[in-house]
Order: sequence, then structure tokens, then C-alpha cells
Amino acid sequence: MAYNKRFDGRKFDELREMEAKVGIIKRANGSAMFRIGKTIALAAVYGPRYASRDVYSRVMKSPNHGVLRCNYNMMAFSGSGDRVRPGPSRRSKELSLVIEKALTPLVNLEEFPGSVIDVFIELPQTDSGTRCAGIVAASMALADAGIKMKDLVTSVAVGKIGDKIVVDVNKEEEDYEDGMADIAIAMSTETGEITLLQNDGILKKEDLIEALNAAKKGCLEIKKLQIKALKECYK
Amino acid sequence: MGELKVNDKEIVVPGQVLATGMDYLPSGDVFRDNDKLIASRIGLINISGRVIKLIPLRGIYSPKRDDIVIGKVVDTTLHGWRVDIGLAYEGNISLRDGSSDYIETSELSKYYAVGDYVVAQITKVIGAKIVDLTMKNPGLRKLGPGRLMRVTSVKVPRIVGKQGSMISMIKDATDCKISVGQNGLVWISGLEPKNEEKAVKAIELIERESHTSGLTERVKEFLEKK
Repeated sequence: MAYNKRFDGRKFDELREMEAKVGIIKRANGSAMFRIGKTIALAAVYGPRYASRDVYSRVMKSPNHGVLRCNYNMMAFSGSGDRVRPGPSRRSKELSLVIEKALTPLVNLEEFPGSVIDVFIELPQTDSGTRCAGIVAASMALADAGIKMKDLVTSVAVGKIGDKIVVDVNKEEEDYEDGMADIAIAMSTETGEITLLQNDGILKKEDLIEALNAAKKGCLEIKKLQIKALKECYK
Repeated sequence: MGELKVNDKEIVVPGQVLATGMDYLPSGDVFRDNDKLIASRIGLINISGRVIKLIPLRGIYSPKRDDIVIGKVVDTTLHGWRVDIGLAYEGNISLRDGSSDYIETSELSKYYAVGDYVVAQITKVIGAKIVDLTMKNPGLRKLGPGRLMRVTSVKVPRIVGKQGSMISMIKDATDCKISVGQNGLVWISGLEPKNEEKAVKAIELIERESHTSGLTERVKEFLEKK
């Protein structure tokens, strides 16, 4: 069956409705909220702070650069299906790691040798694309914390459903039986650097190129919103 | 030919291109990427001639020599005191810099005990890790009772004002003793809790609106209000 019209009536390259806010958590060094469709991500940044209070940061810490440490967590009541079991899981550990890897290349960590920057990402409501929403929120929170970075990181999920490339896949589309692939992409739109590329599914080379181009377009739109939210904080 | 992409006093975000071409020079938190000048953090732009400077609006304190800071004594060692001044690493007051008295190693906590707050001056900064402090200059002391508040360190210059004009205005209006550390800790002590509260509110106002113009008048107005 051909996929001619999206379930929620969007155009194939259209993002869900978005909202962004900076400085939502007063006691954090930096914080931000990002909502895309029904997915909401909250991010809080603490630090740079002293690094040798636990085993992880002691192992990772270096005299040459700081460490960025991410924690991704879906709240128990966040999903559309079953209750999410609280605490770390295989999935949340993996996502914490990929988010960390997606943010690190653009953050200037040389400035804080031996210290750690903690990023906490909480998702009170999820409807697919959580890692991407998490990266977008975390990147705004890092900027709000006054941490030096090369560019804001933007992220969006692109999918192939039937023979169409669609931007910003939602849960319904993700679960669709004709869905071929679901690709999470994070990038710096300024430098063109891609910091996250995860593909779940089977895809032709041409499709991937088309998907990347579509993602870039989506990312530019998200970045505009990120910039607006950051500037609004100082109006 | 270089092209300027921002206006003076504009708020910029990390990754924003400020100018293209080689005509403009980066300064502070602005960096060059080939022919582009890019902001590396959130801040206000200050253009003077060919130099584009970024005044940060957020961020942790970066220690500089001769800065006066407020810190909490967190440990005593054989050689002196360790002081938390809000950085990833603790500052160090050596025995020699602690006091002009002769101090027995066993009597360190008689001078500054763990948990005390002190006003100290930075004498040496090596990299991001080693910050040496002294207590031996005039005005440096252990803090007595009062209240402490934390502000973003980048806003401290606005709280102090030109030649201390802003802070002395608050001091006069509220009749409080106030010490401001460059690291963003502010100590306030007054006879009346109400006055302390007013000073706190005034400083919060400055912190919130530090990037806008006409701030002094607004603070004055606030302080004159009952």
C-alpha cells in the first residue's frame, strides 16, 4: 500500500508543531524545554564541576579536557503504552551515550580540564523522536549555561515509509507496518558536521542521501526556534 | 570586503556568524573559522572599530589574578586551607597567606574552620586547576553573620557599578554591609532583616535586567520605594 498521506495530515517534509523555552529550572546552571508534537524534553545542565566524586568521572577525567556526562530518562508515566519502569535501563543507557556523543564534538571541553558537565534530560511525555528532542533541549540548555560551543546542535528523525521520505516521524508512523526505516540525525547546520546518525531499517544509498537533505531542512527550522528561544530569555 | 552581520549590543547565540571576511578581528569569546567570525557563547556584542567582542551573559566564574572572591572553607590540610570558590577545583590558602601570625599546624581551624566563609584575594592562577588565595591584604577577612546570595559571576561588574557606584547606592539606601565576590557570591549583613531583604531584591533586579539600559535609574527608583 502506498503511503500518500501522513496520518496526522502533515506534508512529507513538515515538522510537528514545536515549542521551546529556556531557563525553566532556576537552580540549574542552564536549562531548556523543547516540545515537538506530543514529545516533551526537559534538559538541565549543572557544572562544570569537580569531577572526582564518583567512579565514572574519575575514570573519564583527563588533565587535558573536561567530560560531558548525559543522563536520559523517560518518566514512568511518559509513554503512550505501558508504564515505563523507573531507573536506568539498557535503552536509556544507550540513548544517554549517543546523546553524549552527539553533543560532545561541538562543545568546547578543553576549557575545563578535569571537570565534568552534567546534562540531565527528562521526558515527561513521549511520542517518538525522544532522543532528537533531548538533543535539541540539551543543546539549548548548554548554551544557556554559558558553555562555549562551536554551534548549537539540532536533531530530527527522518523515516522512510512506503516509498516516501518523511521528516519528524511520530509514533504512529514508527509503528506502521510499511515503515522501512527510521533514522535519527543530529547535526550542526553551520558546519554541516553530523554528530548522530542511527538507522533502524533497510535503506538504499539514494534514499539515505535524500533523507539527509530532508533532515538538514528540518534542522534549519528547529535551529531558528532554538535561537529565538535563547534570545527571548534576555528580552 | 568584510561584512558585518550583527549590530552593536545585539544578543547572540553560540554558532552565530557575526561577520565575514578578514576585516574584523575576534576578541574574547569570538572565534574565527576561515573567513567567518563566530560567537562561541550566549552574550552581548560590543563592536569597537574592527574588533568584535562578546560580553558573556551566562557562565561560571573564570578566576583572574587580584580578583577578590568569597569562598567557603571546605578542608584544612597540613599546609593551609582549601576553599570552594565555585570552580571545578578548590582554591588554596597557604599557611603563610592565611594570617600574619605564627600558626601551629594543629591550630589551623582556630583561624578559619571548615564551613567558614572568607573574603580572599587571588594571587596566582595556573591553568584551570591551581588557584592560590591570600588573606593578607586590607579588607580580606572571615565573614561574620549575615546572608549569602549567589549571582551569575558575569553580572558582578553591573552589581558593583562604575567605581562601585551601584553597590554603594544599595549600601546607603539599605544601611547594610555588603561584600561582593567576583565569583558571584554576595554577603549582606544589616541590622534589620527587612533591609537585608531589600538589598537582596535590589541585587536580584540588577541580575535580571543587567543587559538593559537605564538600569541605575530603575534600581534607584526601587530603593526609594517603601
